Amino acid sequence: MRFNHATIEKNVILLLVLALVTVSIGGLVQIVPLFTIETTIERVEGVRPYTPLEQIGRDIYVREGCYLCHSQQIRPFRDEVERYGHYSLAAESMYDHPFQWGSKRNGPDLARVGGKYSNDWHKAHLIHPQDVVPTSIMPSYAFLARRPVRTDDVAAHLKTLRAVGVPYSDEMIAKSQEDLLAQIDPDGDSSGLVGRYPKAVVANFSGTPAGTTPTEMDALIAYLQMLGTLVPFQKTPLENLVQ
Amino acid sequence: MTAQTRQPAYVDDVVRAFMVATVFWGIVGFAMGLFIASQLAFPALNLGLEWTSFGRLRPVHTSGVIFAFGGSGLIGASLFIVQRTCRARLFGGWQLGWFIFWGYQLFIVLAATGYVMGVTQGKEYAEPEWYIDLWLTIVWVAYLVCFVGTLMRRQEPHIYVANWFLLGFILTIAMLHLVNNAALPVSFFDWKSYIAYAGVQDAMIEWWYGHNAVGFFLTAGFLGMMYYFIPKAADRPIYSYRLSIVHFWSLIFLYIWAGPHHLHYTALPDWTQTLGMVFSVMLWMPSWGGMINGLMTLSGAWHKLATNAGLRFSVTSLAFYGMSTFEGPVMSVKQVNGLSHYTDWTIGHVHSGAMGWVGFITFGMLYYIVPVLWGKTKVYSEKLIAWHFWIATLGIVFYVCAMWASGIMQGLMWRAFDQNGFLQYSFIETVEAMHPFYLIRMLGGVLYLTGALIMAFNLWKTAFGAQDRAPKVVPLPQPAQ
Repeated sequence: MRFNHATIEKNVILLLVLALVTVSIGGLVQIVPLFTIETTIERVEGVRPYTPLEQIGRDIYVREGCYLCHSQQIRPFRDEVERYGHYSLAAESMYDHPFQWGSKRNGPDLARVGGKYSNDWHKAHLIHPQDVVPTSIMPSYAFLARRPVRTDDVAAHLKTLRAVGVPYSDEMIAKSQEDLLAQIDPDGDSSGLVGRYPKAVVANFSGTPAGTTPTEMDALIAYLQMLGTLVPFQKTPLENLVQ
Repeated sequence: MTAQTRQPAYVDDVVRAFMVATVFWGIVGFAMGLFIASQLAFPALNLGLEWTSFGRLRPVHTSGVIFAFGGSGLIGASLFIVQRTCRARLFGGWQLGWFIFWGYQLFIVLAATGYVMGVTQGKEYAEPEWYIDLWLTIVWVAYLVCFVGTLMRRQEPHIYVANWFLLGFILTIAMLHLVNNAALPVSFFDWKSYIAYAGVQDAMIEWWYGHNAVGFFLTAGFLGMMYYFIPKAADRPIYSYRLSIVHFWSLIFLYIWAGPHHLHYTALPDWTQTLGMVFSVMLWMPSWGGMINGLMTLSGAWHKLATNAGLRFSVTSLAFYGMSTFEGPVMSVKQVNGLSHYTDWTIGHVHSGAMGWVGFITFGMLYYIVPVLWGKTKVYSEKLIAWHFWIATLGIVFYVCAMWASGIMQGLMWRAFDQNGFLQYSFIETVEAMHPFYLIRMLGGVLYLTGALIMAFNLWKTAFGAQDRAPKVVPLPQPAQ
């Protein structure tokens, strides 16, 4: 029997089904293997879930739409590696819900901004970017310093993240409020926090007194200061990155 | 009701409402774009308030022009087209029609007010949070039922080509929306949710969604518009039936693969990037096939461009479509993308497509449909359409050229090394260098917005002015092939 397109044109359901099959193929081929092929995310030492304060900071980063001007994905080019550091690895964003790789650099890439500037610099910069970078086109985020973070629902946030695949332990969830306060108290006992979250930076990020509720500024700076710092690149010979 | 006395068979009140919404959201979306473009030139315009920062307003602009302006135009036009090409009254009647209209407007308002207050999922073009996504799903299912139901009660044996594209658009957007927005709310009473996917998988799913929002919302949907309104305005049949078939199936098959070209040189596996690049290059063919099918429809009717200024918009939109669907495959080649990605070149590319193709095909549609819907013989002023046309075209030229220049320049500055092997420019120097181009872009935006305001005035006078009503006409059935 000779094929005649009119058959499809005369049958709504047939047209609908065939169109749906046609548009499904590409996505299935490109997306499903990313969940099944193990080498999609190569194992890397050091990557861990975010501390409660960092995760709150990350949520603020998402809320303010920082990703619309700042990427978090360094490409393997000479200039990018010199400007920003080692190119980004898939494992480094494996706990990022959602990913924040971005698509436009109105400002510089932030994938490895952690540790490059002091906490004071970040605070001054977020309050009024032009004070430290006179020709910056970044908006002011002074309001973050005036607003305390919500502490009562932090466990709920971690639990939700666990439900979508971030390996938060029962202990991490139980101690989440404690960890939240401990991270802005450099004089207190932060061994529990650092034990649960290796390399967590404990600091007075924006001058909030220890023992009081961290501000959104603290949380955002805590997040920025850990970006790209988890994987010990100096210690890792390249062949160890290959499975 | 005047609608019932004029065309008893068709539910046109809803279409009229959608057209008013299209013009309204168009102006809001263009104005918002101009405002955030100005913020990049003059950061003081962020006003120091959290609600008016670039990061919060940018989704208001993108959702405003894509989903509010484009979406209202597209859904409204599709309800107009499907009734006429099927010679059937809308399935579900005015009740379902009004539900779709108000449901969709509510979605827009919820999304936009949320963005300003910081309610966002943080995924580009999919910013609305879970409860807004759920609401849109309900509205979209109603839309699908309405559209398919109308197709099923058609009086014509064949389903007209415009409807294939519109059906493809509705189905695919439903699929993309459901998969990409899978999220778990922190609690039932909390707006905040976490996306089900992380990192590299989330990136792939996001750009599978994001690129096909372009491919199916802004392309397939508007091609459906093209396949109806260009033949109507030119009063000629579609150039090639066979090309329509090839165009439709190849376009919807190939487009869905193109997403990974947004993720070149990232941590996404190379095989996926390469697939995305190869299919993006192949996509050039169906895109130009469709453009040729539209343009050649004017064979023997080119003289109408001299007298029908509305048609001029539709035809020019195809030229912009051809231009940006050529530029797209070029930019999807990894080596080119290495330069263009993260720069204004991408912004320029998007805007030649959005302002030139989506905007112009919609303006052309509006200039055709408004007199028909409000029962007038013609648009209030052809001269004002011509003014709109030239002002908007000039605006696009300023916009796109400025972004080409700034994008390529910024890409080259980022990778420049001095003779000692050090990076030649600090990042902030590349930002400073963009300033003049951002001023030119603002001028482009002012022109484009001015054109839209002229259109709004012209269409208002057409619909509600004192012009004589057209004699009652029985709508002609549209042949299926």
